[in-house]
Amino acid sequence: MKDTRDLAEAQVLITHEVGLHARPSVKLTKLAKGFAARTALALHADGPWVDAKSIVKVMATKAPKGSTLYLRAEGEDAAGAIAALVDLVRRDFDEVGAHVEVKG
Amino acid sequence: MSKSRASGSVASIGYASGPLFFLSVDAVAYMPSGVADEEAVRLRAALTSAAESVATLMQSADEEAAGILEFQIAMLDDESLSEPAFAAIAAGANAADAWSDAMADEIQGYEAAEDAYFRARSSDLRDIAARVLRKLSGVAELAPPQGAIIAGKDLTPTQFLAMDWTRGGGIVLKAGSPASHVAMLARSRAVPMLVGVDSLEAANGDLVLLDAEHGSVVVGPDAEAQRAFMSASAAHRDRVQHAQLRVRDRAVTVDGVAIDVLVNIAEPADVRSLDLASCDGVGLMRTEFLFGHGLPDEATQYAAYRTVLEWAGDKPVTIRTVDAGGDKPVPGYTLDETNPFLGLRGIRLSLSRPDVFRVQARALLRAAVHGNLKVMFPMVTIARELAEAAQLFELEAKGLAAAGIPHRMPPLGIMVEVPAVAISPEGLAAAAFFSIGSNDLTQYVMAAGRDNNAVSMLNDVRNPAVIALIGQVARFGAAKAIPVSLCGDAGGDPAAIPALLKAGLRSLSVTPAQLPLAKATIAASRAMDPIDGAA
Repeated sequence: MKDTRDLAEAQVLITHEVGLHARPSVKLTKLAKGFAARTALALHADGPWVDAKSIVKVMATKAPKGSTLYLRAEGEDAAGAIAALVDLVRRDFDEVGAHVEVKG
Repeated sequence: MSKSRASGSVASIGYASGPLFFLSVDAVAYMPSGVADEEAVRLRAALTSAAESVATLMQSADEEAAGILEFQIAMLDDESLSEPAFAAIAAGANAADAWSDAMADEIQGYEAAEDAYFRARSSDLRDIAARVLRKLSGVAELAPPQGAIIAGKDLTPTQFLAMDWTRGGGIVLKAGSPASHVAMLARSRAVPMLVGVDSLEAANGDLVLLDAEHGSVVVGPDAEAQRAFMSASAAHRDRVQHAQLRVRDRAVTVDGVAIDVLVNIAEPADVRSLDLASCDGVGLMRTEFLFGHGLPDEATQYAAYRTVLEWAGDKPVTIRTVDAGGDKPVPGYTLDETNPFLGLRGIRLSLSRPDVFRVQARALLRAAVHGNLKVMFPMVTIARELAEAAQLFELEAKGLAAAGIPHRMPPLGIMVEVPAVAISPEGLAAAAFFSIGSNDLTQYVMAAGRDNNAVSMLNDVRNPAVIALIGQVARFGAAKAIPVSLCGDAGGDPAAIPALLKAGLRSLSVTPAQLPLAKATIAASRAMDPIDGAA
């Protein structure tokens, strides 16, 4: 059931210091899984697009800080999915106060 | 007669007795079924079971460890990870080979990453790969009985965290190093641990007496060995209890020399449960924690410094400007270098990034009005670096003054950890104080990396060359009225303290957990050499 009204797209700049790293990726994929829409992300407007619900695929993009994340969703709640994902990236994935390894 | 004995170096002090438990070797023998459908079923079951094990591990993990484990679970739950393996199984491969090959490709992808943080994830993937393989082969997860003495070649931090240490137990490793992460964990949880134990002749389940004070292991002890162990461990327990009772007392040596004992802290939270009366101040406050997530702003830094200064009251608090680089990378700040320990780290990096350094200088200058602040610079090698850093502080102080913001110029000192400075300290006589960083000084003098097990025997602060340099710095400081302290691991090590005092040090900074025994060791040591009376 494809319907053009159920397509949503956005792009957002990754400002999080280490980019789309392990914990941010976990948060992003978990959030994406909460929506019925098929969600995909890419580092370029023309792809390659990867499944935003797959931690393996998302991590494999190795998106560093400063890269623009292209997001695309298709399905009933596509607009909501995109809005939520963009918001997560803008909030720097709610990552604060993480630790570095500290030694003598 | 006891069955056998072995000896090793103490990585974490204490006593333990219990059944021996050998860590299983990783060699996995998988018996393929020869049927593709059955192989696929087995792999699916192994993946589920591996994810369940990690989830169990996560329940008792702290926040940092939980983040890593959550990532592992998400990877295990993701079908994209196992898809190539299932495809290979359908094409005739057995489950273990299919899984190993698929993971090898995935691991290689991360190893090839440009970004060090993505590269480091290859170890998580290896962990995942090995866990699933163990499940496939039916090898049980590491589950030693409570109170067991764990023996093996080496132990990873994850393995350590997976074990229950609440009912005692200890660790005996063939390889390993007192400087390793797992040794630090063992010390922080008071789990007795020996490393470098070569010739342990024993079987699983043998009763073992572990003396991680003198560095010995007795297997299948006879009555006499049992008696000796009981009395030594009871004496140790008494000493620890006694030391705790007297932790508020000033540390004074047998020959009447008062020694300042300060604490090393890694973040403001470390002082929350610390009794101020038990120490003479903060000898080292690290600031790397502020840089854990990129570059911190002035307000965040100021608040953190102020918290500790207000806690300490009149007592001195020495804050070290960010010591990033080496083994402490900071995303967006440190560089990816082939030899980071000899690269742009500590003050070198700070001076190369005045935009970042200025923010820290302003926060420190402003915090200085709230207590007895001293500021020290890490990795200073030549006088010009200290002069440039001091100049930057002056400039920021002027800016604050012009803006009418309260501030104060703290004494500016240096870490002595580069051999060049220890060999000829006169070049840096402009420093307000010296703080010897014995960990880095030792590794640079001995040319033996701190975390490299293969050379751990060489990484010894008590080597005469290191002690001679420490003595030279102490004498130079005494002659020029420059206060000298030491803030490396050696300061809290009962085995090293007597040599440090004899070398002339009168101020040591130790981790809060080491305070009682460090003070008790000082109280039982002499500061002067009884033969010629020289310090």
